[in-house]
Amino acid sequence: MLELADVSITYGHIQALKGISLEVREGEIVALIGANGAGKSTTLNAVSGLVPTTAGNIVYQGRSITGRAPHTIVREGIVQVPEGRAILTTLTVSDNLELGGFVRRDSEKDKDMDAVFARFPVLKEKAGEPAGILSGGEQQMLALGRALMARPKLLLLDEPSMGLAPLIVRDIFNIILEINKGGTAILLVEQNAKMALKISGRGYVIETGRIVLEDSAENLLHNPKVIAAYLGG
Amino acid sequence: MEPETAFSAIGEDLICIGRVTVFLQQFANALALGSVYALFAIGFTLIFGVLEIITLAHGTIFMVGAFAGLLAVTKLHLGLGPAILTAMLAAGTLGWVIDLVAVRPLRKRSFHHLAPMIATIGCATFITSIAQGLFGAEAYRFPFDFVPATSYTLGPVQLTLLQLIIIAISFAFMVIIIVLLHKTKWGKAVRAVAENRRTAALLGIPVDRVYQITSFTAGALGGAAGILTGINFNTIHAFMGGPMLHRGIAVVILGGMGDIRGALLGGLILGFSEIMSVAYISSDFRDAVSFGLLFLILLLKPAGIFGRTGERKV
Repeated sequence: MLELADVSITYGHIQALKGISLEVREGEIVALIGANGAGKSTTLNAVSGLVPTTAGNIVYQGRSITGRAPHTIVREGIVQVPEGRAILTTLTVSDNLELGGFVRRDSEKDKDMDAVFARFPVLKEKAGEPAGILSGGEQQMLALGRALMARPKLLLLDEPSMGLAPLIVRDIFNIILEINKGGTAILLVEQNAKMALKISGRGYVIETGRIVLEDSAENLLHNPKVIAAYLGG
Repeated sequence: MEPETAFSAIGEDLICIGRVTVFLQQFANALALGSVYALFAIGFTLIFGVLEIITLAHGTIFMVGAFAGLLAVTKLHLGLGPAILTAMLAAGTLGWVIDLVAVRPLRKRSFHHLAPMIATIGCATFITSIAQGLFGAEAYRFPFDFVPATSYTLGPVQLTLLQLIIIAISFAFMVIIIVLLHKTKWGKAVRAVAENRRTAALLGIPVDRVYQITSFTAGALGGAAGILTGINFNTIHAFMGGPMLHRGIAVVILGGMGDIRGALLGGLILGFSEIMSVAYISSDFRDAVSFGLLFLILLLKPAGIFGRTGERKV
């Protein structure tokens, strides 16, 4: 459903992406792993239209979305949960969720908000509170719930485990799996490569702006080079 | 008790009652003045909070609103309500156009924060010159008795119909703006952009359209303040925007940049300090007292009354 072909991005004099090609198919979870600064977030931001590409093409459901404004990409059903979760701290929890469904014009938003509250009861308890008071784990739940409000076809998740306690990370990954089982394809960027590969079908390894390895997640988990570089020996 | 002392005691009571009455009367006057300041400053702070620029064209927008209202009354013979709407529409459109031609092109590139400020000074100068060319430098007035000089007595205080209208309209618009920002989808989108434009874009909010809506709304509020001020002081001229802009900046800094409650409270404080210094000190010291107060508050709270460093709230 999503295909990046030879996508390059340059910030000033720094070439952040040097011809990235990758693919996400309907219903799969794809992990994009790599070190800090390898270009993982830049790849997601290119898809979301936040950074202009200098070369290459991004195709979604058969149509090029290269160079389109971020809000039109959300309308297509591609929703990113950025690194650091990007909660609107001065707005209430329920306002955050409501804005998650900003692009929708149907009448089932209330129903979806109830579904988010059912999945994350803690958000319901704090629905009227400013989102800034939530803990890190709660904020990640809000970020995921908010993304679901858009009824995404493809979720781009940037470091969902960042800064969270191990137990909460497990919760979050279970939720990601659940979301995927509901039919949403997921492109998952993670430093926590082991967790990411465990829930993914396929994976890409990115190093200094280039894809250096592409395989099934199972094979990547057993690949000696991946083990040495990303899975802690 | 000797009759004479009893008499003088009553006299003192009367003086005391008189003082309270004068104070209450000034209170009413200050409310009328301060609510217009607040109305003006809310547009100014809205632009700062959402677009992250200081628009020095807001005084000019205010002036254009006053003239548009004046022309609606003198040429089209419209009543007060339609004239206010005309002023708001004209000033709002101007705000939108200024954003389109002067600010948006700078936004498209990564600009220095001073660039849009300078661009709005350019717009202000340009429009003021046109106004001066069209209307000359003299002051214009609304027709005599446009708002009947009726007054109402509320206990010891006399309020003119005009003061009541100004207070009611200003507060109505402020309430409407706050309700829109907190209760509607687009209002929440505006607040989302104010907090983080990148996050807003990732939620599918068309950030550029939010900027346009904000520019129009802020302009319309400035225009409403313009026509109300024009009627209140019954003098409209091409340079009326300058002093108002300075007050607007003071109010917004006082209240906390980008904070609507701050603009409201700051506007009222400035109105009160101006009226009270005229009533109890001297009209010569009006600006010295009110801007002295601004200094004092900033010494105690450098970010303004509602200001917090590193975080904004619309």
